[in-house]
Amino acid sequence: MKSVIKGTGYILVHTPDMVLHNGTTQTTERIVNPDGEYLKELPKHIRTYEEALSYWPNQVYIGNKTPQELAAVEQPWYDKTCDMNDRFGRFGQIMPQEEFILLMQACDVFELIYLDKDFVAAHKGELAANPLIDETIMARINEGVDKAEVERLVKEEHSEGLYNKGVLVGAVNRAHDIDTNLSAHVMLENIVSKASSVLSLLAAVHNAGIAKSEVEYVVDCCEEACGDMNQRGGGNFAKAAAEIAGLTGATGSDCRGFCAGPSHAIVEAAALVAAGAYKTVVVTAGGCTAKLGMNGKDHVKKGMPILEDCLGGFAVVITQNDGVNPEINLDILGRHTVGTGSAPQAVISSLVTDPLDRAGLKVTDVDKFSPEMQNPDITKPAGAGDVPLANYKMIAALSVKRGDIQRADMMKFIAEHGMTGWAPTQGHIPSGVPCLGFVRDNMLKGNIHRVMVIGKGSLFLGRMTNLFDGVSFMVEANDGKKEEAGVSEDAVKSLIAKAMKDFANTLLAQEEKK
Amino acid sequence: MSILSGKKVVIIGDRDGVPGDAIAACAKSAGGEVVFSSTECFV
Repeated sequence: MKSVIKGTGYILVHTPDMVLHNGTTQTTERIVNPDGEYLKELPKHIRTYEEALSYWPNQVYIGNKTPQELAAVEQPWYDKTCDMNDRFGRFGQIMPQEEFILLMQACDVFELIYLDKDFVAAHKGELAANPLIDETIMARINEGVDKAEVERLVKEEHSEGLYNKGVLVGAVNRAHDIDTNLSAHVMLENIVSKASSVLSLLAAVHNAGIAKSEVEYVVDCCEEACGDMNQRGGGNFAKAAAEIAGLTGATGSDCRGFCAGPSHAIVEAAALVAAGAYKTVVVTAGGCTAKLGMNGKDHVKKGMPILEDCLGGFAVVITQNDGVNPEINLDILGRHTVGTGSAPQAVISSLVTDPLDRAGLKVTDVDKFSPEMQNPDITKPAGAGDVPLANYKMIAALSVKRGDIQRADMMKFIAEHGMTGWAPTQGHIPSGVPCLGFVRDNMLKGNIHRVMVIGKGSLFLGRMTNLFDGVSFMVEANDGKKEEAGVSEDAVKSLIAKAMKDFANTLLAQEEKK
Repeated sequence: MSILSGKKVVIIGDRDGVPGDAIAACAKSAGGEVVFSSTECFV
């Protein structure tokens, strides 16, 4: 039994005030250089919601434009207005900050978030009008409190402020007086991750055309940790988000691996479905406030807008083989093992060519490779280069060494088998998986047949190992053969009935002989 | 050839480019003394 990609959801949340108040580049600067030029200049570089909507890579992320269309637009992209500026797309939506703050409150089940009642009254209707938000979520929105109470919480109770257009509109309280793992800062980050995961789940389930009740298991693969002082990463974001999303038939668990988390999670989800443990599994991840404005200093220095002003989220619905949707082929897995080493050649071999060799395939047999898909408009001005292109060059170079392609054809190979990056630099969000919506579309249309998704993770950031990590998997067009999972209950009943009938007939025949 | 002979080398590798360990191996083979080597994630 193979598992298939039944649908995907991709969402962005425009959070300009969280850039200023919650991004670690900014919070660090506020500590070490509070009177510096950067913090003074920064507010002038914040984009409006409308500007974020008409940003080319954002419209690609939610599926209104394709990576191919983006590649045809001359870089840089931040100074160009996309001809599409819809907040809703084929794969999801770009939610404004006002709606998201209300969604955060709906996702808070411990009365930690208190919103200004005037803010709630002004924007509740906007969230209610969102087609993915149903009455069960709206019923969770509280009336709010007086603004003075919100101000008191931030001033006197160590609460984190929630701001909108520079105005304090809410507070996130600490969940414990002493426990730093339940501090207001951690609770804000975790509730943001949870709320954006909920929105991703809702988008993916809607796009897959399945009932919420069909989801049996959820795997969360973000990079946050939730727990208290006795179990800092106890979890479980997956089940917490599934509860708010109304997936009442689902349980779940968290999978972590820095940016490689999503690829690990999809392999695990596909294996769970293939093994028959669960029929429908959704892999999900919300966004990360800490990374907002991460490269802001370089963007401001170069007179650019702050491009890292959106949280990202995604979800992928994986179900049993329906004979139609793209299959996840678990026979072709790439793995960077403990013993692989860190030489670029060893890394790319382990993730790309070794699994292809095991399957008897050449590099050119893969229509598209999807490694780290970071938006180069963000990374190039910050000196990090074009990350997808760097990965493609490595793959191409190894392909030349193997004799799969000619040296002169390297750039042609990259153009044909690569993609231009469009995903926000939200760590796990751009890692391999942003392509899956487009992959599914194009495989269903018969345009492509085989795509390798490659996730990489910087494990050394956790200071537990110097190793980095990587995992890859193959998505293939469905061969059209619908598989049945074992024998159905009806079939078993039918077999037993037939056996009993045969037995009875035998007994009757023996009686007649007597 | 020891083009880095007598030189101290500080290395900052890139996860999506050439990692620190790989650069360190090259630097040592060229006679350099690696005093710091790290691989960083720039995204």
